[in-house]
Parts: sequence; structure tokens; C-alpha cells
Amino acid sequence: MTAPLLKVRDLNVRIPTPAGVLHAVRGVNFDLMPGEVLGLVGESGSGKSVTLRSLIRLHRPPIGMTGTVEYGGQNLLAASEAKLRDVRGGQISMIFQEPMSALNPVLTVGEQIGENLREHKGLRGRAAQERAAELLDLTGIPSPKARLADYPHQFSGGMRQRAMIAIALASEPQLLLADEPTTALDVTIQDQILRLLLRLREELHMGVILVTHDLGVVAQTCDRVAVMYGGRLVETAGVNSLFHAPKHAYTLGLLRSLPGAGEHRRPLQPIPGGPPDLRFLPPGCPFAPRCEYVTDECRAGEPPLLEVAPGRFSACIHHDELPALKPTLAEVGA
Amino acid sequence: MHASYVIRRLLQIIPTFLAVMLVVFLLVRLLPGDPASAILGDRATAEIVERTNRELGLDRSLPVQFGVFVRNLLQGNLGDSISLKIPVIRLIGERLPTTLFLTAYAAVLGVLMAVPLAVLAAVRRNTWVDALIRAVFQVGLSLPVFYVALQLLSLLGARLGWFPIGGYGENFTGHLYHLFLPALTLGLNLAAILVRTLRNSIIEVLTAEYVDFARAKGLRSRVIMTRHVLRNALIATVTLLGLNIGALIGGAVITETVFAIPGVGRLMVDAIFGRDYPVIQGLTLTFAIIVSLVFLITDLIHARLDPRAELT
Repeated sequence: MTAPLLKVRDLNVRIPTPAGVLHAVRGVNFDLMPGEVLGLVGESGSGKSVTLRSLIRLHRPPIGMTGTVEYGGQNLLAASEAKLRDVRGGQISMIFQEPMSALNPVLTVGEQIGENLREHKGLRGRAAQERAAELLDLTGIPSPKARLADYPHQFSGGMRQRAMIAIALASEPQLLLADEPTTALDVTIQDQILRLLLRLREELHMGVILVTHDLGVVAQTCDRVAVMYGGRLVETAGVNSLFHAPKHAYTLGLLRSLPGAGEHRRPLQPIPGGPPDLRFLPPGCPFAPRCEYVTDECRAGEPPLLEVAPGRFSACIHHDELPALKPTLAEVGA
Repeated sequence: MHASYVIRRLLQIIPTFLAVMLVVFLLVRLLPGDPASAILGDRATAEIVERTNRELGLDRSLPVQFGVFVRNLLQGNLGDSISLKIPVIRLIGERLPTTLFLTAYAAVLGVLMAVPLAVLAAVRRNTWVDALIRAVFQVGLSLPVFYVALQLLSLLGARLGWFPIGGYGENFTGHLYHLFLPALTLGLNLAAILVRTLRNSIIEVLTAEYVDFARAKGLRSRVIMTRHVLRNALIATVTLLGLNIGALIGGAVITETVFAIPGVGRLMVDAIFGRDYPVIQGLTLTFAIIVSLVFLITDLIHARLDPRAELT
């Protein structure tokens, strides 16, 4: 068996706020294999984006990060600034949700690709120009040479996202962190971007961690899923087994709240209540107040994430009481 | 590249300075006292005063005087100085370079002080460093220019003898040396204004997502600060700087007087005290043109810095 590309152990992120410390990520553990696409799903405020950003230590003080993020035999949370700069953008790249705000408005797309090439590939001048055009071409931007001189505001939404992906790929990273890369795009463009990511992952053999709240996107792109709730991972599984037989009451609720398509149309079953306030978590399972399977045991203490079947981890006491679903992947949008 | 825009803006200056001229023409003539008495002194007889006024054309009605002035202006003639008896245009031509040099020098010193300190204050925001930088400039901003000028003059000039207490110098390095204290005086004032704005815009830009993206790309913090943060933060500051160049020229009036610099600022002061109407008018017109040009240049720089800006 090959070694994991990334090993995350006991990751905690604490965000000081005027109303007290927000414990946004609470003891997250997971591994990512080389070339694997992991979906990190959850509602807004579940801590998925905060988790993603802490993988390359992107949070700035006073936000505190503890635990280990092991990459290439090194803990990135404790690495020197110089080493971290080497990994960031060089071996692990990141793309953001809103390319309009993530691209610098006063630099041309060519300049923004160029600085990556200079920093991580030592390419300058003409060589950098040519490589930058190749990258735009790779991400499906027409007449790439001419567009290098354009500013982000001269691109359409979908093209901007492609440009951001081109920038992220400039250094040929081993791992791409994607923070809701398609949320801001309309459905047809979303589909194109996801296909692009899958193709690039094949061609470049890079791992991808895809943060999304959209299970349809997960079904379409991911090998494995990690479900976050209240700052914790509550379930991880291969994408097929998760969709067919969720092992956490929250995952079950998520899947039931999906609209079916075509002949599978059925009434939506939303999860009652709202996501928990991370400053005032109940002592037990954070999902307990909204859960239909809840028992006193759930409220007594927070259940740990345990292996409940080969390759399947769940933090649900009632994981074996949950009904199997039979939605096909086609039904959730793949 | 923006030739038509520039030409249009230059043409817009014409009505601006006609309006400026009219206002100044009237204002000057509403001031108490008249040039003939200023030239001739208290003991002149009414007859002599009247004759002098006639020679200067000041006995005619205001509209006629204005008409004469505009006609002369169109011929490139700003008239002669009443007290010095030489053409105003030559007078301004001799004195203006000094003031422009002083203003540019002050702007450079101001920016050189403001940018690093604003970066430092923004990076160390809400620490004692930030508080100190802001407090010093806050005090600097509240002190009148002439007071700062006199303090610098007495300390660095008279007591320590590091810098001359007046004069303009012979060549470029001489100018730099002689004008250091006055330029510092004006520059401090400008820096005080710039530091505040620039610090705040840097702090704002630092929270922008493209800064996180730049960090995620593994760029050095120096590169992030200069390429990504400062370039964006300077956009607002450049406009502010342009707006303040006008104030800087106004400040030159006081500074040139305190430091005995032969620039147009001091010329203006002398002209006002001597009721030298043609000089006052000529200078005001010159200031109006300079300020208009500075605004135009500011807009062009702004457009260079911000590709989203449309020149319309």
C-alpha cells in the first residue's frame, strides 16, 4: 500500500471573536492518498473551509491552529516560513470560491501566472510567457496568448475560474485544495469546471480536496467523502457506499434533503433546525438536537469517529439502525 | 493612448481658469487699500494718486479693466508688475521653478516617509508601533506649518547648523541641500495625511481574498506587500496625493516666507501686501493651471494603477 500524500491528525482551529473563542475545527483526522479526490461536505459554518485553509496554514494570528498536517514527512503547521512557502503554491495549490475576489484586480492574468512560475519553477521572461499560455490553453481558455495581457475583470465568470485553476496548476502541484470552486458559477459552467478538474487530475495525477456543500458535485467528482458537522468529521466513506448506505444520521438527513431528478422526484425532507452555534455546543453529539434517532446516550458524550465497517468511519452511535438508501448516483446529479 | 481624453481635459481647463480669473479679479479689487497709495506712500497728494491710478488703468470701470486683462492674456501678456515694473510673466518664469522644485521635493519626501511608515503601522496594527506612528503624525497634522517650519529651522538650522537657514542654492545638489528643511516641513504635513489613509487602505486590502490567494501561491511577504497589497492600496492614495498638491503649493507661500526662498509663494505674499494686482492675478492663474494639470496627471496615474478605471 502506498503512503498517504497528506496526513491530518487532531487538527483544531480556534478563532477568537468578541463573544468568545470559536472552536471552528475540533480534532479533525483524515488521510489523503496520492491522486485521490476527497470531498469535504457540510453546511455553512460546519468548518470545512476553515479546515481546508489550515492545511497550508493560511489562517493568520490571532486564529490558532494545533495538531499536525503531515506532508512530505513534515508537519506544515510547525514548518518554517521558507519551507511553507515552498509547499504553498509549489506542491499544494489552492483555488477559491469567488475568482473575482481571489484574483488581483490590478495585475494581468499573465502576471499572476508568471509570479507562480518564477517562484516555483524559476521561469522568467519568454519561457514563462509561453508556459503561461500553455496553462491557459490546458484549462480551456481560447486564444490563450492574447488573453495573458487581460485583467481579471475582462474575463467572464467561468473563464476567471479557469484562469485561477491555471494559476494554481502553474507549479504542477501534488495536491489541489479547492474551496467551493463552482458555487459561484451557473450550472452549465459548473459542470465544465468539474470536468476540467477531473481531467487535470487524471493528466497530472494530483490529489484533490474539494470543499462543497453540494452533494451532486461530490457524486460527480469524488472518490471519497468526509462529512463535517459542528467542526468535526462525522463520517468518512467511499462515495458509492456513502450514497447507498449512510452511516451517520446527519449524512442520512443530507441525502434525504436532496431533490431527486426526473422520475425520481419526491417531496424534499429537510433536516429540521439549523447548524449549531460552535460557541455553545451541547455536551454530546452536536447533531443530537436535530436528530430523529437521538437517545440519552447521544446526549451523554460526544461519540468519537470509529471504523464501523472496512473503510467506513462514523461518529454515530446509531449507525447500524439507519436505513440503506437506494439512490443511484444518477439521481443525485452525476 | 488616451490622447483624446487628455486633449478634452486640457480644453476643460480654459473655462476653469476664466472663472478663477473673474473671482480673483474681483476679490483683489475688494481688498482695502489701493496700489497707488501702496506705491506712493502716505504723503502722496490726492492729485498724484489719481494720476498714478490713471497711468495704471485703474481709474476705468471694472468691466473695462477685466476686458483689458483678458485681451492681454490672450496675447500672452499678463501685464507688468506695478511695484517692480517688469512683466509679470517674466517674474513668474523666474520664480516658478523654485516653487515647483520645492513642491516636488516635498511630495517625494512626504511619500518616502508615508509609505514605509504606513506599511509598518498596518502590519503592526493595534500595537504600540502603530499607535506611536499615528500619534506622531496626528500631532504633526495639528501643528501649523509655520510653527513646524520655525522649530525645524531653529533646531536643525540655527542650533545644530546641519542645514542652511535660507536661500536656494546654486545647482541641483545645492537646491536639495538648501531646500531640505522647507521640503521636510511641507513633506511632514503631507505624510501625516497620507499615512492615515494609506494605513487604512493597506489594512483593508490585507483582508482581501487575493492576498490569501497570493499567500497560498507561496509568494514572499515582501512580494505580497509590494505587488499585491501596495499596488491596490496606493490607488486611493494617489488621488489623495493629487488633491493635496494644491494644498502643498498653498503651504509653499508660508514656507517660502519663513525660509526666505525666492519662489512664487513669497512673490505672492509681497504682491498681496503691495496691492500688485497684475502679479496676484498672474500667480493665481498660474496656480489654477498647475492644480488643473496635477489633477489631470493624477487621473492618468490612477488609470495606470487601476485597469478597471475608465477614463471618461
